Amino acid sequence: MTLALEINDLKKTYANGFEALKGIHFSVEHGDFFALLGPNGAGKSTTIGIISTLIKKTSGNVNIYGHDIERFPVKAKSLLGVVPQEMNMSVFNKVFDIVYNQAGYYGVERKLAKQRTEKLLKALGLWEKRDVTLRQISGGMKRRLMIARALVHQPKFLILDEPTAGVDIELRRSMWEFLQEINQRGTTIILTTHYLEEAEQLCNKIAIIDHGQIIKNTDKKTLLSELNQQTIILDVKEPCTVLPELFPYTARLIDTTSIEVDILDTQDINSLFSLLSQQNIQVMSLRNKSNRLEELFIRLIGKK
Amino acid sequence: MVIQQFIALKTLLRVEISRFLRVWPQSLMPPVITILLYFLVFGHFIGARLSISSNLSYMQFIVPGLVMMAVVMSAYNNAAFSFFVARFQRSIEEIIISPMNTHMLLLGFSLASIVRGILTGLIVTTVAFFFYPHLPSHRCLLIMATILAALLFSLLGFLNGMFAKKFDDVSIIPTFLLTPLIYLGGVFYSLNELSPIWKTVSYINPMTYLVALFRYGFIDVHEVNIRSGVMVLVTLNVLLYFCCYRLLKKGVGIKT
Repeated sequence: MTLALEINDLKKTYANGFEALKGIHFSVEHGDFFALLGPNGAGKSTTIGIISTLIKKTSGNVNIYGHDIERFPVKAKSLLGVVPQEMNMSVFNKVFDIVYNQAGYYGVERKLAKQRTEKLLKALGLWEKRDVTLRQISGGMKRRLMIARALVHQPKFLILDEPTAGVDIELRRSMWEFLQEINQRGTTIILTTHYLEEAEQLCNKIAIIDHGQIIKNTDKKTLLSELNQQTIILDVKEPCTVLPELFPYTARLIDTTSIEVDILDTQDINSLFSLLSQQNIQVMSLRNKSNRLEELFIRLIGKK
Repeated sequence: MVIQQFIALKTLLRVEISRFLRVWPQSLMPPVITILLYFLVFGHFIGARLSISSNLSYMQFIVPGLVMMAVVMSAYNNAAFSFFVARFQRSIEEIIISPMNTHMLLLGFSLASIVRGILTGLIVTTVAFFFYPHLPSHRCLLIMATILAALLFSLLGFLNGMFAKKFDDVSIIPTFLLTPLIYLGGVFYSLNELSPIWKTVSYINPMTYLVALFRYGFIDVHEVNIRSGVMVLVTLNVLLYFCCYRLLKKGVGIKT
């Protein structure tokens, strides 16, 4: 088992005394698509900042493919690509130059850098915009450009800090496909996101961080199996003025045509439908109140 | 690994040089206009009535100092603004996350500033040639002095850019420190005309050595010991380089 990332007892206290990380430990295996989730201010971006050497750690250590980022920064950084949360590019530079120059900073020879830049810009639908400056492209294009820039030196390990924040659904889906593709080709990925659907869709391992501590770190299946209840919403044909008798299920009437039902993992949905049929209630549609990971996440960080 | 670092340095140099060339009317022309006015007013209009010695016109006397002023101010402004803007826009993060080492980063910004300083110096010297059509006396020494002066001021500018928190901070040091030092370094007068006390005070000012080196290079006038002047400049450059390096390594201005 090769570890792409190994974090031991990592602590960070900012100059104002705020303790952002209280000694976290976790590791990411080669080939993983790893989600680091947590509410705002939990320590996600500080962790990413320390891994990418933009933030100084207070103590602890970080190894990328076995190379300590402080003792062997050149080797460790060569293996790493970073897509930051906020834009960090010169607004006066052209799209092509931003990716091409980044290749140069990683020591990629000129001709190869040009080929890779062209390939990535085409793959991410930015080739037509190669000669315009950063100011002239949309927010979604800027996000894709940051991904292209992070991949131009072909890193083994990619960090994505909220890569789809503020992009529309269609673009988000196409970015998911692209990221899944590069992960399948062998790039290890760490993703932080507020879209839990995104983490559930893409990642095989999930860690949850809260108040500077890792409170959960496991694979997605194990994590989701901890969810012993899900809530569904039924849209019914005829309006109901009183809540139908649905015992042993816990149910609530949201409005005259919508009923919210909690279903434990020991209960089946067939019995629920039998109860509804017996009372001549016709169900028109059924949906989950929220995705499974979201329910679990809210429960874990204690906000429910 | 060495090749990787060399490519990174080359890239940073290319990015930085193309940046100031792209805006050449703002980056290269203002010092030329300023110096041209100095030539006209102090050299031609007022200077025609002054003379330093029997075989030296005032115009001849001030040309070297004015060229030096253009070189150092260009180098300073380039490093200070470029590094501060990179921090301000956060585009410096592109370099910090890359494997480019601290020496290459510092060299990249400094060398680009030296190039801008030399280009400005060349333009100003060409303009000066119309007022004073003579080739410099000691060209090798002049080239060396230009590089040392530009490096010294690019490092000072870099230091300023590292600590600046807002755009105003980038112009505080040139206004309150550098301009007075340059003016009191003997650009417009000869040290020999000063009282012994002021002459001694002038020797503490590093600009005095720069002006003297340029003056010797251009018109073969000795005001300080040339070897001492070169030594002072080399020492200051080495000290400042390692100061910038240590601060960068610590992450001053670039890491939280």
